[in-house]
Amino acid sequence: MILIKCPYCGERDQSEFTNGGEAHVIRPTNPKSLSDKDWGEYVFFRNNPKGIFYERWVHSHGCKKWFNAVRNTSTDQILKVYKVGDKRPDLSDFENTLKSPSGEPFVGSGNFAVKK
Amino acid sequence: MRKKYSFLSLIKNAFTNNENWQKMWESPEPKKGYDVIIVGGGGHGLGTAYYLAKHHGIKNIAVIEKGWLGSGNTGRNTTIIRSNYLWDESAYLYDHAVKLWENLSKDLNYNMMFSQRGVLNLAHNEHDIKEIKRRVSANRLNGLDTMWLDKNEVKDLVPIMNTENLRYPVLGAAYQPRGGVARHDAVAWGYAMRADELGVDIIQNCEVKGIKTDNYKVEGVETTKGFIKSSKIGVVASGHTSVLAATAGVRLPLQSRPLQALVSEPIKPVINTVVMSNAVHAYVSQSDKGELVIGAGTDGYNSFTQRGGYDVIEETVRAIVELYPIFGKMKMLRQWGGIVDICPDASPIISKCDVEGLYFNCGWGTGGFKATPGSANVFAHTIANDEPHKINAPFALSRFSDGRLIDEHGAAAVAH
Repeated sequence: MILIKCPYCGERDQSEFTNGGEAHVIRPTNPKSLSDKDWGEYVFFRNNPKGIFYERWVHSHGCKKWFNAVRNTSTDQILKVYKVGDKRPDLSDFENTLKSPSGEPFVGSGNFAVKK
Repeated sequence: MRKKYSFLSLIKNAFTNNENWQKMWESPEPKKGYDVIIVGGGGHGLGTAYYLAKHHGIKNIAVIEKGWLGSGNTGRNTTIIRSNYLWDESAYLYDHAVKLWENLSKDLNYNMMFSQRGVLNLAHNEHDIKEIKRRVSANRLNGLDTMWLDKNEVKDLVPIMNTENLRYPVLGAAYQPRGGVARHDAVAWGYAMRADELGVDIIQNCEVKGIKTDNYKVEGVETTKGFIKSSKIGVVASGHTSVLAATAGVRLPLQSRPLQALVSEPIKPVINTVVMSNAVHAYVSQSDKGELVIGAGTDGYNSFTQRGGYDVIEETVRAIVELYPIFGKMKMLRQWGGIVDICPDASPIISKCDVEGLYFNCGWGTGGFKATPGSANVFAHTIANDEPHKINAPFALSRFSDGRLIDEHGAAAVAH
């Protein structure tokens, strides 16, 4: 269970929202010259990082507006929330403080937020 | 020496307080290089190593696991086994697994506690009936033992089920008598023990940090215990497969999400089959200890936290209580989450890729346990021959560009 700060309504429980997958996926501008492989990439392949993930959310049980968020998928910590159309925030200075190679805490694996 | 288990050895060890059982496998330090490295020490990975050593004569193999054996999804699933999938390709793959399950205890001389107690898939509305009857017909054409049961027959099998007085009444079900459950740990341990006997190095508590490639050819893996060389690498890391693939520059159409399960306090036997319902999202079976084993759904967003959201369990438990009012006051003992790798068409990827010597067995999503022996068997064939077995050829990565998807969203018990 996580809290998400809707840019229009404020902080609400995640169950009020629906996830819309990766953000900033751009539809190919040259559809006619695309190969099957490129189309497959666009339709089926999305990034799935363990760490910083730019994603879309919609406040389904609230204002019903779409917005974007940046979340750390190894801890579910939401780092930034921004409106659709806003520039993709630069998080290059974000430092993952989890020391294990895959970005997991040493003890347990999913209970970082609880044990902190 | 082959470790044999029998009734006699059980009695003998009972008298010595169970302190003299032999170690089941060694835990060697990794060598500098191997012919084949399997990344991921769950059922699928250990099984792959076993079949590579047993059927394909490759002995110099390592299985590298970041935690302990079976600590990932092999130890986190609800142990349900069935093969009633819609399309021919899936029916062949999953039934290949069920056939191997049927002899696995004997093959490994290790008790899998495989119990073919039957699996029911409930229909709650007109659409469900049509979809399930279509699937039953497709199954029967593929020689599977699935059948359609009407409401009364379902009630006969599961007398505690409330079929009438609920929002979505039970109208019938698909039933596969050969389906059932098995003991999840036993699969990992059985394969590990026999693979170890065939000379496979099982390396635990060693995390693969990255796959090293040179000019589209694998060179080895970078681990917490140093670099290990190999010209063939099979990645069977479920939720973390796409993270590892990215280190080799390979993109996979996978999304990782937490999938939850929970067990109740143990009670006397009340349900002797497995009951699943896609429509209200409830599935339940009873373990040999008497606990109800309940599978919940996936979270609606990508995450690597092995935890899961509370609203997901709430939804499942609500449906369970409506379907089985007798469970209304039971206490739940444990809840946990595992990270599953979900594929766009709800079918796995067992395939080569653009990088020479790199193989993937992934995308099992919410239902990989049932396929463990079959998946391991055909994946071993793929690695040994650098060519897919005819059973897993349709499950190639190329299906996402040539459009030959194997859409099993209807047969997958947990909505993807």
